[in-house]
Amino acid sequence: MTRLAAWLTDDAPASRAQANLGRAYQVGQRLLRNPLSALGLAIIVLLIACAAFAPWIAPYSPVGQDLGQRLLPPSAEHWMGTDELGRDIFSRVVHGARLTLLIVALVVVISAPIGLILGAVSGYFGGWTDRILMGVTDVFLSMPKLILALAFVAALGPGIENAIIAIAITAWPPYARIARAETLTFRNAEFVAAARMAGASHTRIVGLHILPLCMSSTIIRVTLDMAGIILTAAGLGFLGLGAQPPLPEWGAMISRGRSFILDQWWVATMPGFAIILVSLGFCFLGDGLRDVLAPKSENRR
Amino acid sequence: MFPRLRLSPGFARPARSFGGFVVVLALTFLGLLVITFLIGRVIPIDPVLAIVGDRATNEQYEAAREAMGLDRPLAVQFVSYVGDVLRGDLGMSVSTNRPVAEDLASVFPATLEMATIGILIGVGLGVPMGVTAAARQGGPLDQAIRVFALLGYSVPAFWLGLVGLALFYAGLGWVSGPGRVDIFYDGLVPPVTGLLLVDSLIAGDGAVFRSALSHIILPATILGFFSLAYIARMTRSFMLDQLSQEYVTTARVKGVPEWRVVWGHAFRAIRVQLITVIGLSYAGLLEGSVMIETVFSWPGIGNYLTTALFNADMNAVLGATIVIGSVFIFINKISDVLYRILDPRSRA
Repeated sequence: MTRLAAWLTDDAPASRAQANLGRAYQVGQRLLRNPLSALGLAIIVLLIACAAFAPWIAPYSPVGQDLGQRLLPPSAEHWMGTDELGRDIFSRVVHGARLTLLIVALVVVISAPIGLILGAVSGYFGGWTDRILMGVTDVFLSMPKLILALAFVAALGPGIENAIIAIAITAWPPYARIARAETLTFRNAEFVAAARMAGASHTRIVGLHILPLCMSSTIIRVTLDMAGIILTAAGLGFLGLGAQPPLPEWGAMISRGRSFILDQWWVATMPGFAIILVSLGFCFLGDGLRDVLAPKSENRR
Repeated sequence: MFPRLRLSPGFARPARSFGGFVVVLALTFLGLLVITFLIGRVIPIDPVLAIVGDRATNEQYEAAREAMGLDRPLAVQFVSYVGDVLRGDLGMSVSTNRPVAEDLASVFPATLEMATIGILIGVGLGVPMGVTAAARQGGPLDQAIRVFALLGYSVPAFWLGLVGLALFYAGLGWVSGPGRVDIFYDGLVPPVTGLLLVDSLIAGDGAVFRSALSHIILPATILGFFSLAYIARMTRSFMLDQLSQEYVTTARVKGVPEWRVVWGHAFRAIRVQLITVIGLSYAGLLEGSVMIETVFSWPGIGNYLTTALFNADMNAVLGATIVIGSVFIFINKISDVLYRILDPRSRA
């Protein structure tokens, strides 16, 4: 173990892999020193484990109905009780982790590259390109995200795919801002001039030399945005515009439990705890990452 | 040492900044209209078919299409769309059979009332919490406030609304349930401002006022919690910046009591920044009220929007989007300008 740690923290790494692993190791070390970010990391690991091993963790099927067992309070057999169709809520919450992870992953995969490329192009070329692209970004930034997502889903039709698209359309502007700010600091750097003189194309410079440097700020921002994405997706699900039944999406589950909230409180409350736990986990982790990766950045605290 | 709030230098050169402000505001608003226009165009429901029905002949269909102006080029349609919106014509609502603009005007006060009480709660509790957390940085109180504030970023509004109803309405009976006022008080006081709390006071009807208060307090508190979270976090961060400045050390060395250092010196310096934050969270509450209003059957603009969504009432959906979006953009930009006028440092 000590030899591995020594290899990871070597001052003169022999390979690129060693350097990258070493950096990851040090970031991880500092992250774990803060109890809240360690807790956040643990929650996210738990979420991923739940999503990966859902069929083995969940004691029952997430969709299998058992009308004889409907609306049972939490007990040893059904940890979170059962819903109006006799489905085990705990099993549904565990399987819901898959949907939540899928939604946030897809939203980030769609919106982060759009934002990064727009921002980097904007900062790299400057002038009118910059003015127009940043103008569009500003328009999107000054609009209410949830309302815009609602209007998009209304146009595209309800469903989990359309909810993901609608959230992604409203989520990219902050990444464009970040990428532009970072690009502006590197645009006149010597390594960019060197690459240009070596004959590299604009695409190559932006893609291989500038975008990788925007990564750590983007990772921080993405982690901090996760809670918002989860809440918006759950909100769309709650309104019946996101994931459709019988999918065990947490927001949609709360919506189903709404009718029983006064007598069978567990149907609506249990999935809510899952949403809170996961969102808090991302917030803690994001705060911690920001302290470790960018102690002086503008979105501090 | 403290930048005194002097208003005159900012207002003294309004021509450039005011003109710029109007241009930015107009462009952003136009951007909003481009989006709502495009959404209105890409909907899978054919607006012509909705009018003529599917038994119409081709000629009838074409005639209706022409009458609605849908045969013109997109750019022309957009210009006339912008003209309509500017004249306050947001189309007819399919579900209420009234102009959308009229509908929105009648539901807007309810949202305004709830968001205003919400922001009062958010500022009243959030600012002291943020200041306290910063004054005791790293201590247990700071950690507790930090986690409490992060909860505001992690709890779904609709869930908190449901739990609040189950607990405080059904369980403890401390507050009234969904709706704006008890049903037998409905329509008793003449609408003057549209704000029920104010109207009932004007009419001098204590019973209606109490009923309205008992209905609004829970949704407004929950809504306020979300602005509280943001305001407390930002206040803490601004205060920490100030408390590490040298003038604070100087004051402490001179023997100024700690409460005066915190509230009299550091807090005075962050007031301008706080105005921006409060403006932004007020705008955010208009957005947050969509979920809360749906849960509490609150007859405001958010409830109107979600009801319209279910009825596929596209004019109403887009109209509500335009109104909420415009208010949001306006407050957003106003806070920007206020900050620039009030903070001498940003004028450099």
